[in-house]
Amino acid sequence: MKNVIEELEQRRAVAMLGGGEKRIEAQHGRGKLTARERLTVLLDEGSFEEFDMFVEHRCTDFGMAETKIPGDGVVTGWGTVNGRTVFVFAKDFTVFGGSLSETHAQKIMKVQDMALKNRAPIIGLYDAGGARIQEGVAALGGYAEVFQRNVLASGVIPQISLIMGPCAGGDVYSPAMTDFIFMVRDRSYMFVTGPDVVKTVTNETVTAEELGGAKVHTTRSSIADGAYDHDVDALLQMRRLIDFLPASNTAPVPELESHQPVDDEDRSLDMLVPDNANKPYDIKELIEKTVDEGDFFEIQADFAKNIVTGFGRIEGRTTGFVANQPLVLAGVLDSDASRKAARFVRFCDAFSIPIVTFVDVPGFLPGTAQEYGGLIKHGAKLLFAYGEATVPKVTLITRKAYGGAYDVMASKHLRGDINYAWPSAQIAVMGAKGAVEIIHRKDLGDPDKIAAHTQSYEDRFLSPFVAAERGYIDEVIMPRVTRKRIARALRLLRNKDLENPWKKHDNIPL
Amino acid sequence: MFDKILIANRGEIACRVIKTARRMGIATVAVYSDADADALHVEMADEAVHIGPPPATESYLIADRIIEAAKTTGAQAVHPGYGFLSERASFCEALEAEGIVFIGPKPKAINAMGDKITSKKIAAEAGVSTVPGHMDLIADADEAAAISAQIGYPVMIKASAGGGGKGMRIAWNDDEARDGFERSKSEAASSFGDDRIFIEKFVEEPRHIEIQVLADGHGNAIHLGERECSIQRRNQKVIEEAPSPFLDAETRAAMGAQAVALAQAVDYQSAGTVEFIVDKDRNFYFLEMNTRLQVEHPVTELITGLDLVEQMIRVAAGEKLGIAQDDVTLNGWAIESRVYAEDPVRGFLPSIGRLTRYQPPAEQCTDDLIVRNDTGVFAGAEISMFYDPMIAKLCTWAPTREAAIDAMRDALDGFVIDGIAHNMPFLASLMAHPRWREGRLTTNFIAEEYPDGFMPPEPDAEARSILAAIALSVEIIRKDRLDRHAGRIAPHSGRIGTDWVVRIGDERLAMSVAAATLGDRTAFTVSAEGEGPAALETGFRLGDPLWTGSVGGTRVVAQIRPVANAMVIDWRGYSVTAQVMSPHVADLEALMPEKAVADTSKQLLCPMPGLVVALNVRVGQAVQAGETLAVIEAMKMENVLRAERDATVSVIHAEAGDSLAVDAVIMEFE
Repeated sequence: MKNVIEELEQRRAVAMLGGGEKRIEAQHGRGKLTARERLTVLLDEGSFEEFDMFVEHRCTDFGMAETKIPGDGVVTGWGTVNGRTVFVFAKDFTVFGGSLSETHAQKIMKVQDMALKNRAPIIGLYDAGGARIQEGVAALGGYAEVFQRNVLASGVIPQISLIMGPCAGGDVYSPAMTDFIFMVRDRSYMFVTGPDVVKTVTNETVTAEELGGAKVHTTRSSIADGAYDHDVDALLQMRRLIDFLPASNTAPVPELESHQPVDDEDRSLDMLVPDNANKPYDIKELIEKTVDEGDFFEIQADFAKNIVTGFGRIEGRTTGFVANQPLVLAGVLDSDASRKAARFVRFCDAFSIPIVTFVDVPGFLPGTAQEYGGLIKHGAKLLFAYGEATVPKVTLITRKAYGGAYDVMASKHLRGDINYAWPSAQIAVMGAKGAVEIIHRKDLGDPDKIAAHTQSYEDRFLSPFVAAERGYIDEVIMPRVTRKRIARALRLLRNKDLENPWKKHDNIPL
Repeated sequence: MFDKILIANRGEIACRVIKTARRMGIATVAVYSDADADALHVEMADEAVHIGPPPATESYLIADRIIEAAKTTGAQAVHPGYGFLSERASFCEALEAEGIVFIGPKPKAINAMGDKITSKKIAAEAGVSTVPGHMDLIADADEAAAISAQIGYPVMIKASAGGGGKGMRIAWNDDEARDGFERSKSEAASSFGDDRIFIEKFVEEPRHIEIQVLADGHGNAIHLGERECSIQRRNQKVIEEAPSPFLDAETRAAMGAQAVALAQAVDYQSAGTVEFIVDKDRNFYFLEMNTRLQVEHPVTELITGLDLVEQMIRVAAGEKLGIAQDDVTLNGWAIESRVYAEDPVRGFLPSIGRLTRYQPPAEQCTDDLIVRNDTGVFAGAEISMFYDPMIAKLCTWAPTREAAIDAMRDALDGFVIDGIAHNMPFLASLMAHPRWREGRLTTNFIAEEYPDGFMPPEPDAEARSILAAIALSVEIIRKDRLDRHAGRIAPHSGRIGTDWVVRIGDERLAMSVAAATLGDRTAFTVSAEGEGPAALETGFRLGDPLWTGSVGGTRVVAQIRPVANAMVIDWRGYSVTAQVMSPHVADLEALMPEKAVADTSKQLLCPMPGLVVALNVRVGQAVQAGETLAVIEAMKMENVLRAERDATVSVIHAEAGDSLAVDAVIMEFE
């Protein structure tokens, strides 16, 4: 017995060192932490329980039988984040460059299965060199089995990927199927094929950073939902995100004590919307003054900035926010904004998170670039997402709600539960100028008449009243009581019960 | 007494006049430009009249519009506030012609005091001591030396047309006087095309001390003591106090008597201010008389208990002064801090934008403390580029100067402004300055003590411990709440630890916590590395902008702004980012690389929010160091942006007429 314990201690010590002191130093030298260090930051101290520490690969080709390192390049297990269970796996770059072997894949599959069975979130930390070439098709098979589990878990438990180093080839598709991907700036990159292959095939010369760095994926490709300056920052922010998320699609929305009363009026909001309809303002100020303590976790902050998405809390309960951003492109809906918001709305709906929508939208963005790029289909994604969502939906129109974009933005007609408008709301088919030019085409030559028509159009339609008269707006509220009214609406909707017709699944315009 | 008056001003002074008028039962009329349609003074007044577009030259400075507004609304009198039309005799005359009373002095007094030369002559005739000097033409260097010797060294040799220090010299003896005369003369000729030179006594260690006078239309005039306004930045007053820590009763009485004599000499009727310059030996010399209500009048009100606006209104209505000189007593000490929308770390450049948060300290009035905040803005208001950047005048009163300073320090700590840059860190730094606390002031105080501009102070060890303890309490409160997060598993891990590391800048402080009580109020003892335990107590709740409590016996009001994984704490002019970590996470965090700062050396950034007036270069142009690249207008001021070194313009991102945010890239260089 004593020998076994000694051996256990000794083997554990070896396993804990992963690829050894030298490789750990090299990892630190690159400004990165090791897999196990990362997990100690991500998880509550002392809460990590590691599985499969002694797993070794079974490959014998290319002399691999001689080099075996316990753990096989990935650290897996479970722990808690502020006391709540999460499953984790972290690629260990110090062991075979974190490359994926058959056994390595099996370790990941084990925690994936456990996370799904026990309905708890799973977080993957990536820092690896792709498939272990020596294992050939066994590694490929391993990837696909991991992918399959990502698919089955999607919409059941939150799946989060944090890219903290290289992530290429087969490694990219598992994160791609998770709910959120975050990256570490200057130290991580993601691509299907790397710069060398790109050079050979297309003759493009490009660096790894240019091809798949955090900047590219957070601003252009929209692959990543956010980026952080270094490992510790990123891991601590993952903890913050986990605090917002339910454990699964059947778990209740997380609830924290709220320290900030919702009854306090905020008169500064009465002045948020400028008198001049063409002057922008920052919708994030409204979000930050609506959520508890101004605590807002933004998703895709750097992509399609004309729409803002993210999580906040109202009276302690997690709430998803979608808001047109007048500061960027006047808050117009384009393909990127529609896709970004649609994905966010679907996440919230899948996990029972109520959605609050702030509307100030001048319409869809016109132009060949948008139409050729499939604006119809991308715009339809957001329409579809709002239309199918059965979670509580509270909508507030702050200023413009024009045309088809009005319909799309969680309107009453898409089963919006409570639809508010500020007195500054203008709900109409289009702005006055465009409308008058169409309705009164014959008077176009007469500026006086056009001015009179414009005035009468503005008086009649550029207000919340036409919509309110029809019941499309439930109530016109003062900006200063927005937080209170939204909180009340969400309280009212806590027991909302709505189901869509049975179907195998829908056919969202992908 | 009037039934209705119009206030021909905006901002805090309009609001301040409205308050007194309302208390006196007088209806008020505000005037406003397009930019002020939603302003506080408009909301406060009983009526409001629109008088034009935003620029003051097209609204607040147009006398006819204001007179028209007074006529339409039936206002019987007009209070001009300060600035704008307050010292324009023609405005008073035009009002008089319409039978409307000007709440201020008569045109004769305004005219007499409006001109620097005339006012000095009148002052001298009234027996007011003026700076000894020679105003007539000086023929040559020898005459200059003779005159200088007669005045008594040191002397100041000045160009008549001068300004901004050009053509100005100090001479300590005959040789320097000769030399200074020649040089100033040639400099004046080349700079101003006017080589007239005059010589006056150079005042050593000058202090700006002014006397408040009050006179009625029945020949009564009194003074209300002095205010010291030596703390100025480029002639802009920053801190004022009453009384002056420098004057003795004798000097005060002498200055007061002279000020009253001058007021009587010009038949002054209203509140007015006689400004003096005082040297290190308490010799005082007349500078000028301001024939209006001064910005800094509240400090006088606080020590005399009088309402100067009320007095002005009563005098204008023909009443006799209700008090005689003997009734005036100076009680306690009052300090005023001017809160400006200016960024102190960017050379005090104006800052404009939306006040996303504006939460001044609570006003209070007890036997040993008064906090008063005169303001014209509110949360959500827009600070525009059209007017003076002053957003509030924060005043405190206490029985002693020390207590008044401490009260000001605390009040500044609790003054929350978000959305624009402001000078409160600078004001807080001034309050802590030993020279200010000792009252050793001169008008060069800021230039001498902040020669390279203002940099936020680095906290010393004691301050750092307090800041770290505050940060730690916030984190513990956050952790404690997370301890009750729904869905935790039992037995849970992630309990609140006792050992912590607080990172402030590059410093990492090891701290430990004991005897914690959590709940509505949080209390624990905290021990920083190498220091004894200190008790901390606070009622702070997450989301509060202010942290109020005590650390180691020091009462603290600090401002907390959460940022990713950390918080920014502002206290007593310090502004630090503090991150609280467990010792283990702190060890790993220490391994993280420092973020490289983006290279902006090849860019021209907009130093303040403003309007591009002109772009003086084009793409491909080679520019030399010092060459004008662009002109940005903000707060009525044109700021010329020059090339820092030789470069070639590669891209221009802005065009004339654009409104730019701070740090917006205007152009790039190759």
